[in-house]
Amino acid sequence: MLIKLPKASDCKESDVTPEPFYLSRRALLGSSLAGLAVGAIPRWANADDAARYAGVESGKAPGWFAEKLPQTKWQAVTVKDEAITPFKDATHYNNFYEFGTDKGDPAQNAGALKTEPWTVVVDGEVGKPGRYALEDFMKPYQLEERIYRLRCVEAWSMVIPWIGFPISALLKQVEPTSNAKYIRFETLQDPKVMPGQRSGFALIDWPYVEGLRLDEAMNPLAILAVGMYGRELPNQNGAPLRLVVPWKYGFKSVKSIVRISLVEEQPKTTWQSIAADEYGFYANVNPQVDHPRWTQARERRLPSSLFSPNVRDTQMFNGYADDVAALYTGLDLRKNY
Amino acid sequence: MRSGLWRLSVFIAAAVWPLFWLYEAWSLALGPDPGKVLVDRLGLGTLILLLVTLCMTPMQKLTGWAGWIAVRRQLGLWCFAYVVLHLCAYLAFVLGFDWSQLGVELRKRPYIIVGTLGFLCLLVLAVTSNRYSQRRLGGRWKKLHRLVYVILGLGLLHMLWIVRADLKEWSIYAFVGICLLLLRIPAVMRRIPRLYKKKPVSVV
Repeated sequence: MLIKLPKASDCKESDVTPEPFYLSRRALLGSSLAGLAVGAIPRWANADDAARYAGVESGKAPGWFAEKLPQTKWQAVTVKDEAITPFKDATHYNNFYEFGTDKGDPAQNAGALKTEPWTVVVDGEVGKPGRYALEDFMKPYQLEERIYRLRCVEAWSMVIPWIGFPISALLKQVEPTSNAKYIRFETLQDPKVMPGQRSGFALIDWPYVEGLRLDEAMNPLAILAVGMYGRELPNQNGAPLRLVVPWKYGFKSVKSIVRISLVEEQPKTTWQSIAADEYGFYANVNPQVDHPRWTQARERRLPSSLFSPNVRDTQMFNGYADDVAALYTGLDLRKNY
Repeated sequence: MRSGLWRLSVFIAAAVWPLFWLYEAWSLALGPDPGKVLVDRLGLGTLILLLVTLCMTPMQKLTGWAGWIAVRRQLGLWCFAYVVLHLCAYLAFVLGFDWSQLGVELRKRPYIIVGTLGFLCLLVLAVTSNRYSQRRLGGRWKKLHRLVYVILGLGLLHMLWIVRADLKEWSIYAFVGICLLLLRIPAVMRRIPRLYKKKPVSVV
């Protein structure tokens, strides 16, 4: 299927967003300043990395992350003519229902989550199943920075510089058997630190589960992220390990992963189980297929201010049609939303 | 005017919130999507004001103080003012004044239809809230204004369809709403105890 992106919207985007230049100027200033400062501060506070983007709060990176970060392939994938969302907004406007349903809840409550030590289980239809400490799990992979658009099913969007590695590299390591058709991801379940999981009124059957078709997971754009904005993931953004699938609605990109399974049957994913008519398994960004309660034709690019609501047209597959449309040839996207 | 200060305080208490939110939005305290926050808060404000308005009669029965009834109309009108602001904010910040899209939403989305119905009912009540209408409509006025119970149902349904994963907050509002409706059943209404009996003034 050939999906042509309207030229008019491209123009409009760059009209609305002249900020990348402004931001890159800041990043340049910031990193040169940090360069001056770097000699004076201890090694753990590697300000050079945090200063790649303006206003980034430095965290406390786990040892394995600090070790891998210097070899990161920076800007391996970028977006054209789009401003990167400020760090503050990307970390204080989150959907992570384990920590509460308000957008500000995750930033407020996720501090209690302990991401070190962290264990990831790989099981199901794989040649090499196992239970790994995260630092061992991460050993084989080279980190890359991927700047992606993020389109939420609620019709808002951001642009975020992730740090991670392609799922295809993981699949090479674990050797899926010929039975493996889907990959299933599971978020941590720990009601002690996750207030959303304690709520007696929650409609979600924890833990949160998401999944991809195996060929979707093999697409080079699909990554597992461990960092963003030049640092490790903040807890509210799904530390220490999360999925990022930029051509699908944000809820597919499951956070704080503890289990990865290769399976034969299409996994029963969380939102599909709650409301199958509203949230499908595919959840590809598609301006032509509305959510039953609102249109998906347009989106609010955040940050949006009160008097110039930054509303723009949504692109097919979130602008990644060239890379992923071939995955869905012959599939009725109206039925398989 | 009797209880002028009381009425004025209620006026200020209701007026201050939208102004404060506007100030917050202006000072970037509402986060990256201030329009959506305003829409949500104004909607919730409408529901809360509706519940508060419905509290006035039981409160009067409970305490015998006429001041509750003295502010009931004002509170109802505030509820209407909030719903107007809620609607304007929705048109501006969610739809971006795209009128053709509004047509689509009105035809296709049940929760928008229910919300619009609730708004129209509130509009009718607001328009007929003056003394002139009360005189003109006579006995029918009271019947017409029972529409408020329908509005409460529509409002709660509108909210229920927006809540997605956690019903806790909604359940609280629905519970309060149902209690207030139960109090309207004549048998229950008669049993509301009077807390303070009017005592004859006596000098000891």
